[in-house]
Amino acid sequence: MQVTMTVNGAEVTADIEPRLLLVHFLRDHLGLTGTHWGCDTSNCGTCVVWLDGEPVKSCTVLTAMAGGHEVRTVEDLERDGELDPVQQGFIQCHGLQCGFCTPGMMMTTRALLDRNPNPSEDEIREAISGQICRCTGYSTIVRSVQWAAAHDGDREGTVPAGSTS
Amino acid sequence: MQVPAPFEYERATSVDHAIALLERRGSEARLVAGGHSLLPMMKLRLANLEYLIDINDLGTELGYLTMGPDEVRIGALTRHRDLLESDELAATFPIFRDAERVIADPVVRNRGTLGGSLCQADPSEDLSAVSTTLNASCVIRGSNGERVVTMEEFYRGPYETAVEDGQILTEVRIPIRPGGSSAYEKVERRAGDWAIVSSGAAVWMDSGQITDARVGLAAVGPNTTGIPAISDALRGQAPSDELYAQAGAIAAEACTPVTDMRGSADYKRHLANELTQRALRRSVARITGSAS
Amino acid sequence: MTVTEPTATPEFVDNDQKPVGHGRMLRKEDPRFVRGLGKYVDDIQLPGMLHLAILRSPLAHARIVSIDTSAAEAHPKVKAVVTGAALAEQNLAWMPTLSNDVQAVLATDKVRFQGQEVAFVVAEDRYSARDALELIDVEYEELEPVIDVRRALADDAPVIRDDLENKANNHCFDWETGDATATEAVFDSADVIVSEDIVYPRVHPAPMETCGCVADYERVDGKLTLWCTSQAPHAHRTVYALVAGLPEHKIRIIAPDIGGGFGNKVPIYPGYVCSIVASLVTGKPVKWMEDRTENLVSTGFARDYVMRGEIAATKDGKILAIRTNVLADHGAFNGTAAPIKYPAGFFGVFTGSYDLQAAYCKMTAVYTNKAPGGVAYACSFRITEAVYLVERIVDCLAYELDMDPAELRLRNLIKPDQFPYETRTGWVYDSGNYEPAMRKAMEMAGYDELRREQAEKRDRGELMGIGVSFFTEAVGAGPRKDMDILGLGMADGCELRVHPTGKAVVRLSVKTQGQGHETTYAQIVAEEIGIPPADIEVVHGDTDNTPFGLGTYGSRSTPVSGAAAALVARKVRDKAQIIASGMLEVSVADLEWVKGSFQVKGDPTSAVTIQDIAMRAHGAGDLPEGIEGALEAQVCYNPENLTYPFGAYICVVDVDPGTGQVKVRRFVAVDDCGTRINPMIIEGQVHGGLTDGVGMALMEIVAFDEEGNCLGGSLMDYLIPTALEVPDWETGHTVTPSPHHPIGAKGVGESATVGSPPAIVNAVVDALKPYRIRHADMPLTPSRVWDAMQGRPTPPI
Repeated sequence: MQVTMTVNGAEVTADIEPRLLLVHFLRDHLGLTGTHWGCDTSNCGTCVVWLDGEPVKSCTVLTAMAGGHEVRTVEDLERDGELDPVQQGFIQCHGLQCGFCTPGMMMTTRALLDRNPNPSEDEIREAISGQICRCTGYSTIVRSVQWAAAHDGDREGTVPAGSTS
Repeated sequence: MQVPAPFEYERATSVDHAIALLERRGSEARLVAGGHSLLPMMKLRLANLEYLIDINDLGTELGYLTMGPDEVRIGALTRHRDLLESDELAATFPIFRDAERVIADPVVRNRGTLGGSLCQADPSEDLSAVSTTLNASCVIRGSNGERVVTMEEFYRGPYETAVEDGQILTEVRIPIRPGGSSAYEKVERRAGDWAIVSSGAAVWMDSGQITDARVGLAAVGPNTTGIPAISDALRGQAPSDELYAQAGAIAAEACTPVTDMRGSADYKRHLANELTQRALRRSVARITGSAS
Repeated sequence: MTVTEPTATPEFVDNDQKPVGHGRMLRKEDPRFVRGLGKYVDDIQLPGMLHLAILRSPLAHARIVSIDTSAAEAHPKVKAVVTGAALAEQNLAWMPTLSNDVQAVLATDKVRFQGQEVAFVVAEDRYSARDALELIDVEYEELEPVIDVRRALADDAPVIRDDLENKANNHCFDWETGDATATEAVFDSADVIVSEDIVYPRVHPAPMETCGCVADYERVDGKLTLWCTSQAPHAHRTVYALVAGLPEHKIRIIAPDIGGGFGNKVPIYPGYVCSIVASLVTGKPVKWMEDRTENLVSTGFARDYVMRGEIAATKDGKILAIRTNVLADHGAFNGTAAPIKYPAGFFGVFTGSYDLQAAYCKMTAVYTNKAPGGVAYACSFRITEAVYLVERIVDCLAYELDMDPAELRLRNLIKPDQFPYETRTGWVYDSGNYEPAMRKAMEMAGYDELRREQAEKRDRGELMGIGVSFFTEAVGAGPRKDMDILGLGMADGCELRVHPTGKAVVRLSVKTQGQGHETTYAQIVAEEIGIPPADIEVVHGDTDNTPFGLGTYGSRSTPVSGAAAALVARKVRDKAQIIASGMLEVSVADLEWVKGSFQVKGDPTSAVTIQDIAMRAHGAGDLPEGIEGALEAQVCYNPENLTYPFGAYICVVDVDPGTGQVKVRRFVAVDDCGTRINPMIIEGQVHGGLTDGVGMALMEIVAFDEEGNCLGGSLMDYLIPTALEVPDWETGHTVTPSPHHPIGAKGVGESATVGSPPAIVNAVVDALKPYRIRHADMPLTPSRVWDAMQGRPTPPI
């Protein structure tokens, strides 16, 4: 079947099998390998991307279901070569080691900051509680997000319609 | 990562269209909304179907949360996230926010729906216990119209509901009675896990006495369990630790947990008791405004 | 009017201190990862690439009656289907393990664990490959499985390894260390003896990236390129050469970015061999990436030791001896990756951090119908098991003596003047200063205040626990005379080349999986040679352009390869000094090194920078007699000993008495890893290991039912901590350099994984003291805690 969607701001059309998972479409068909996969049961969160502005686990979304919608991946976080404050925060505060869970963590926390510009430590931990990191022990991820929150001033958040906060 | 077997995909443009597609495709067709129960099963090839009917576009018809004077009506496509974030819903039925906080994880809650959870009918499903506790009814529509069923009628067995082929759950209705509040208590091995046991309680009071109470458990039997014996024992009584203990004992007796990796049957029975007491205590505290 | 400058938010200034050498420095590798531009094995796409999927046994123990692959072969997108019989014709159905055993690549006669490889398909895409697996029809004859490790040696237990000649039982090996007679004598005359059965259950490293490879055999050239999730690419290359008969110079292993290893990516898995075969057969590149179930069910597990620990002491709390009997479950094949003379790894350090009179361990290892492995998950070759045993049994002793566990440890820790300290099992701890670390942890935790709080809470029926653990690690394998893996010595090389314009490239024998080598090695070299880390390129992972070494695991990078990097940099600096002497027309002895330049003693204006020297080394001018041009060197470093990092950990937990749920409220970790190259990276390593500890102590277990079905085969069942299960870590450090390491560094990657499980278990058991519980096994899930509270603590297996 044919599917058309917007990925990182650009319209994309492709011929795919209905069963093709969105994570595979992004990685194998579009070459956007920044989004990863790490489990079979929607537990690890290395596949998190935005669907219409909200973090979703792309291993549990069919490419077909994303047709007509907007997808945003980690590759789109930077603007004209300038890193998003979340990306900078992860570097500044050692929020990554092997880097495998990092794109998913950043997509979720970027969405968090867009809705909640000054989250508490508990709110940050809650926001990433559906994603696993085997390397960092999470404290540095929390600090990375706090750094980003403190340096997020100039960014325009994109809070999608319908969000309550 | 594991991947599903081949199937055909169609997108419904309306509820009636979805019903028509279901009828045309028969038992080899399933609806998909959030997909976080169905798609993992398809990836593991535990569920193999020929037609997938995507109803995610039906937000206008099925995604709503309407607070009426005597009833709350929630469209089946309402996402977990919206149930969690609704302050109105939390004010009237705090049990929803209690439960949503511990259902899956924030990212999954962006996709999963009330209807999907109820129709999955997993014996550990938290929203099933919540709905049972609140005496909800389910609106099921087919090509020959609508019917409204109670939660007892809705659940026919593990993973089995009253939604038959060619039908769709459209709405959940929850009656509002004055003087009530509710709470949910869940114990899990780790954030996001299914419950080892959870207990939902709803209590109504008048002049310091309990006029009605309902308790619903999850993960302790083939289907989430409403326990009439607790309602009977609590009606007309003043709340007290002894009363909660009595209710807890009834809960432990009434359930049929099995030993598995989450815990022993003995432990689960104990939790049914303990969590029922805690949920009742918190519900009462919310009504009376005292610290819980 | 005064104008005040806005100040930066105090905590959040640019954190990059940009040291030229050791110190806090942001990671050079981060930019590509945060931009989603890391290059992991599954990111690799090659023209014409095919995909491999493996059919695995659903049964734990069964004879293969027949395999019908015709339907799979007929699938339009399938290029090849291969069974064990086909591999056997090429003598490839079995391969050696790293422990002198053999392991089936594809099963031939029997399957011996659930998840074992039975056949593989190669198809045009991964979805078709998966579909084709269902078209293979295997007929099995079920056999009784051996699952209960305690029954593996029963007379009536079925024999698993009937592939081995004359094998009539499930015995794998026996091992012992220490002095049985001396230990018995001490026990016989001791005031107090405490015995306890202590289980370290089977767990799994479960890195977020699963294992996999892309095999590309170039027919014209006869060259195999294998991109692989490998922590030890050079060792893998040599093993393939020895086993598959491919000439070693025609094998190139490239380990690109790896999404976590933790020991899981040390072994050579059947999937890699299958991919190589598939590429040979099809003439195309072949990719294999295992799914998570395959990873959890078939790849290198960790631990699975059933231990009986005994401790003998005086009634005043002087520990005299420790004795242990261990039953080790090695799964269906002995796939342990440890130096060959150490079948039980470094378990011999079960004597811990205490000055003992005697010690003895007797171990029996057996086969069972489970996945092969044993050494993995940041274990430092079984040191996790050893430290868990000693720290648990010491706490049991504290319980019996009714003594504070911190106090008991302080009374028995090895004293600083006893180092280098030879243990009763023959290990020579290089350096240590234990008491300050212990006291620092207690001070950071507010230990006395915590005990007061605990007493108050106990009066109110609240369950609060404080757990202490003190550990000594043995890492940095290892000296060639003692240690080799399949005959390959554990010495590592390093090469450093300085370019004419003063930038440099250092080539490593080890392979990071997140530990930050691209930064820390640049820092090691920078410290010696004064070139800023930003100007030093670190090359690793590609066997075609890096020196030989045994890879990254067992915390060996800093102690071995890090030493090599420091030494090779000094070699270059020594040469630079000679060239500088020529440039400044003084004798070599007249020069002093001020980081980055050589200066004439007493005349600092007369100096040349390392960059100047580099240009001169490549330039047209004269060089001193006997000095060749260019500025580079190569080193192979054979460590003279292991290194012995240590630490003191304190954990505070609260247990809900109504539900048994454990909340880790605080965790204080004081680590001593000798010289600290980058404190930011050290802290990260510690945080990660502490999280491992919470996982194992409270929720991780690879369990089996009686039929041998693996119950931990997905991340829904194999539970790993999220951000909600761990506290904000509190870390501190002391510095006791290693006397034999060129920069005094010891390594730290696994310390926290070693030291934290006992701290947490000790804390939970401490919380349950009102219930008179002396021991409860991991994982301390709510149900198991509650069982313990009812007086029914049960082992997990």
